[in-house]
Amino acid sequence: MAGGKERILRRRIRSIQSTKKITRAMELIAASRIVRAQQRVAAARPYSEQITEVIRSLAASGAQLNHPLLGAEREVRKVGFVIIAADRGLCGAYNSSVIRAGERALQAEVARGRDYSLVLVGRKAVSYFRYRRYRIDAAFEGMSDQPTYEDARQVAAAVIEPFETGDIDQVQLVYTQFLSAGTQRVQVRRLMPLDTGAVAEATGELRADYEYEPDPTEILVKLLPRYVEARLFAAMLDAAASEHAARQRAMKSATDNAEDLIVRLTRVMNRARQDAITTEIMEIVGGAEALRHTRQSGAEVLSSLEGAGK
Amino acid sequence: MALQVELVSPERILYSGEADMVVCRTEGGGEIAFLTGHAPFLGALTIAQVKVVLPEGRGQPQLAAVHGGFVEVRDNRVIILSDVAELAAEIDVERARRSLAEAERQITTVHDVEVEARLRRAHVRLEVAGGLSPVGGGGAH
Repeated sequence: MAGGKERILRRRIRSIQSTKKITRAMELIAASRIVRAQQRVAAARPYSEQITEVIRSLAASGAQLNHPLLGAEREVRKVGFVIIAADRGLCGAYNSSVIRAGERALQAEVARGRDYSLVLVGRKAVSYFRYRRYRIDAAFEGMSDQPTYEDARQVAAAVIEPFETGDIDQVQLVYTQFLSAGTQRVQVRRLMPLDTGAVAEATGELRADYEYEPDPTEILVKLLPRYVEARLFAAMLDAAASEHAARQRAMKSATDNAEDLIVRLTRVMNRARQDAITTEIMEIVGGAEALRHTRQSGAEVLSSLEGAGK
Repeated sequence: MALQVELVSPERILYSGEADMVVCRTEGGGEIAFLTGHAPFLGALTIAQVKVVLPEGRGQPQLAAVHGGFVEVRDNRVIILSDVAELAAEIDVERARRSLAEAERQITTVHDVEVEARLRRAHVRLEVAGGLSPVGGGGAH
């Protein structure tokens, strides 16, 4: 029956159109969020730069540098992993690439006979590792797309404390670095103990004599956890910007695909409609032709019918 | 030459500009004021107010509540780092008042560091925002 195929196609096109509307909206939202996320990354930079500067000054002053956070060498038996992924999907390979990088790093440590501790940010990471029956020590959800410093502080607390009590000996940070709206790269970096390279480098040069209140070592003890927090916060902001960028890209290609599909299906639908119309015309013409024929040779037909009837 | 002051929190720069004097309170050392030419200084701040006195004719001193943090002074540059800092204009006085009342009530029953810190924070917020009768010539509008 004419129209059946056409109706099915029309319904499909309509559903693709509404999907397209959604992906398009998500694309636009993500695009506007990238800008905001980038601003937040930029706004957070002065703090972490200044805090690094203060640590340098302290190191140069000869504050006691054997703080555990500064990596007094100890045997590594247990490695903590902070993996920052997203709460939501629909952002292309963003989640899977961070998660996979994290899992690989973790497996590498396990293969060396070390224990692990997992601290996860983002629902996607949590469900991945939970499904695979990893032991999760702390999980944070609902902060991945707009992390605040308070969020970063909570996550930092989950690793600083076990690090200070000696439960874990090293902490690796796995996140996505935001290079530009076009490029993001998964990074696996050591969060704790801190990289003393930068500090040691400054120790060489003589700096102005500082006055301290309270004494340098005490300040350093207060300062180092803040530094870890600031670094974690920076990583979370980068991850959020990357998430939005990845989502924007994924949603853009989804929108493009939907457009393609609509064009293709519309073409198929039009052909189906044309076919149906052609068939219909053929039927009408055929019918008319047959009728004309009938009228012309009505007598013959009648007689033949009569003949057949007998 | 004036002091170059930067008041920085992890999320943004709260204040950046010139000043004649900066007053803050360090841990253990009490209140300290910095003028131009101050010797290099590094300190940890307590929960207290920071006062930035602007150069002549630039208006009222800027007040901010800092909940811990650090101050570094070098070459006439004052850098204040604080993980939680608010300028006077941004403080929700009502909220701080409620928080203060709450903390005051709690401290009569339980006495722990957490509650005490909350009490201090609320108090400092009010002091800075001028929601409290001015203390030591501080936050009156």
